[in-house]
Amino acid sequence: MLNYDIIVIGGGPAGLAAAIEAKRNGIENILVIERDRELGGILQQCIHNGFGLHVFKEELTGPEYAERFIDQLHEMGITYKLDTMVLDITESKVISAVNTTDGLMEIQAQVIILAMGCRERTRGAINIPGSRVAGIFTAGTAQRFVNMEGYMVGKNVVILGSGDIGLIMARRMTLEGAKVQAVVELMPYSGGLTRNIVQCLEDFNIPLLLSHTVTNIKGKDRVEEITIAKVDENRRPIKGTEEIYKCDTLLLSVGLIPENELSKSAGIVLDNITGGPVVNESMETSVEGIFACGNVVHVHDLVDWVTEESRRAGKNAARYVKKELKNINEPLVTKAEKGIRYIVPHQIRVENIDSKLDLYMRVDNIYHNAKIVVKSGETVIKQVKKPHLAPGEMESVTLLQKDLINLENRELTVELLEGGEQ
Amino acid sequence: MEKKTLVCIACPLGCKMEIQVLSSLEEETKYLVSGNKCPRGESYGIKELTKPTRMVTSTVKIKNAHLKRLPVRTSEAIPKGKIFECMKLLEEIEVEAPIKVGEVIIKNLLGLDVDIITTRSML
Ligand SMILES: Cc1cc2nc3c(=O)[nH]c(=O)nc-3n(C[C@H](O)[C@H](O)[C@H](O)COP(=O)(O)OP(=O)(O)OC[C@H]3O[C@@H](n4cnc5c(N)ncnc54)[C@H](O)[C@@H]3O)c2cc1C
Ligand code: SF4
Repeated sequence: MLNYDIIVIGGGPAGLAAAIEAKRNGIENILVIERDRELGGILQQCIHNGFGLHVFKEELTGPEYAERFIDQLHEMGITYKLDTMVLDITESKVISAVNTTDGLMEIQAQVIILAMGCRERTRGAINIPGSRVAGIFTAGTAQRFVNMEGYMVGKNVVILGSGDIGLIMARRMTLEGAKVQAVVELMPYSGGLTRNIVQCLEDFNIPLLLSHTVTNIKGKDRVEEITIAKVDENRRPIKGTEEIYKCDTLLLSVGLIPENELSKSAGIVLDNITGGPVVNESMETSVEGIFACGNVVHVHDLVDWVTEESRRAGKNAARYVKKELKNINEPLVTKAEKGIRYIVPHQIRVENIDSKLDLYMRVDNIYHNAKIVVKSGETVIKQVKKPHLAPGEMESVTLLQKDLINLENRELTVELLEGGEQ
Repeated sequence: MEKKTLVCIACPLGCKMEIQVLSSLEEETKYLVSGNKCPRGESYGIKELTKPTRMVTSTVKIKNAHLKRLPVRTSEAIPKGKIFECMKLLEEIEVEAPIKVGEVIIKNLLGLDVDIITTRSML
């Protein structure tokens, strides 16, 4: 059986950064497995700019960001297999993968790093009634068609969902000559970055219909019209508010879900809010020696954080191989309280932190002038003022190792205090 | 006094800023920008008020590559009003692989002193 110290599954930004960092930390025998025909992951289709401001201190497009890491991977001589799909992984870290040249392979790894990214929710996942017709795409699929295959998916478009991919595609379709009639959002606020609302919608006078949804789709072979209605505070369509939009295309940007079929097959414990594995400070999952990073853990809105998190995974995977990861004290457990939906990591073994650790989290609503407070029992460990918080924007709080040593209470709670309160 | 609120889009943080025209004496207008978390916000805000620009990212056709489109961008932001003219020019262009990231495909786009460059390599 082929044998590697570290096998990284997925060659997107997460897998690339993890592999590079593992090599930097002294591991020679690394393999990256990617099912696509090239490295770079989803970034290759994200041709717009806005990537890399934190990591490179300049604004890059997705492909430029990816190419820097791909070049580095080459320079460091890290091996990878393209067009290779991982089918299964076991708790004992045997990977089954398949491609057309090697056929079906079994490879033994000492450490596995999961970096499979996420996939898009489809129409089935949100249940829109109406005809099963052509002309309905997820926004990401449309992005790939338009930006990589040169295939224009439609001329007269409505977009459901105002997450970043939906907003980016509204602009992209407009630039390519399509008419985007509206972006329809179920919630009373957009899930996308403000920057994208300004640059992708306002610049082109594309209306953003908040608290609205698509209630019906009609057409013979292809979409011909869709019905859009207002929703009440329980997100139920309000009778009498229906409006018909004539269009030939509906793009769905209704959320991303971590890709975790493989994680499940290895018996990894998943967090049912993020949909990704439960991880500790080293980005190690519940199965010892299996690490995870990037969108497979939780959906990131900025690739820069994917890189940061994945470097941490790669470095710690290397430490694991070198038997340097410690398991001394009972880990601290992070707990999301008022206003916070989830926190990554879920567990912290303080002895493994290099001086500081970033907690990543998402809030459950829009807040102004709030405070994120991290506590152990009644002791406040850290509090950070936040002028503006939104569910679409991931937040991070940096904790210092010295503040986490010898805590009596092993639970670390994070909550939001709104403006008025203190 | 004139006051305008706008969102900084110079980075993904998206600071909400307020811009006030302090004085517009003679040749130099003075502005007071608040809410920005870094100096880039101030220059963006003033620019957005006076002469807004945008980076254009798009694709051009490519021959002999594994994909049909090559991603490109303007080397710098161009005036907002020129976006569609730029798109029209890009429609006409076809390049051939192999090509490297950062290669100039159109020099001095629309006389704006800005180039169109590739954003990835394709073999
Ligand atoms: C459609 C779409 C558009 C996005 N647009 C943006 C954006 O504009 N800006 C932004 O900052 N973020 C965007 N994101 C989020 C983006 O995914 C992350 O920023 C970043 O790309 C995540 O990196 P990753 O490596 O975790 O995942 P990915 O980039 O998705 O990489 C995962 C890789 O794993 C491979 N893989 C998966 N399963 C297997 C398997 N079983 N065997 C082998 N290989 C496998 C995939 O082929 C893929 O290459 C977008 C996400 C999606 C889905
Ligand atoms: S002011 Fe600075 S930090 Fe704030 S959005 Fe603009 S560039 Fe980003």
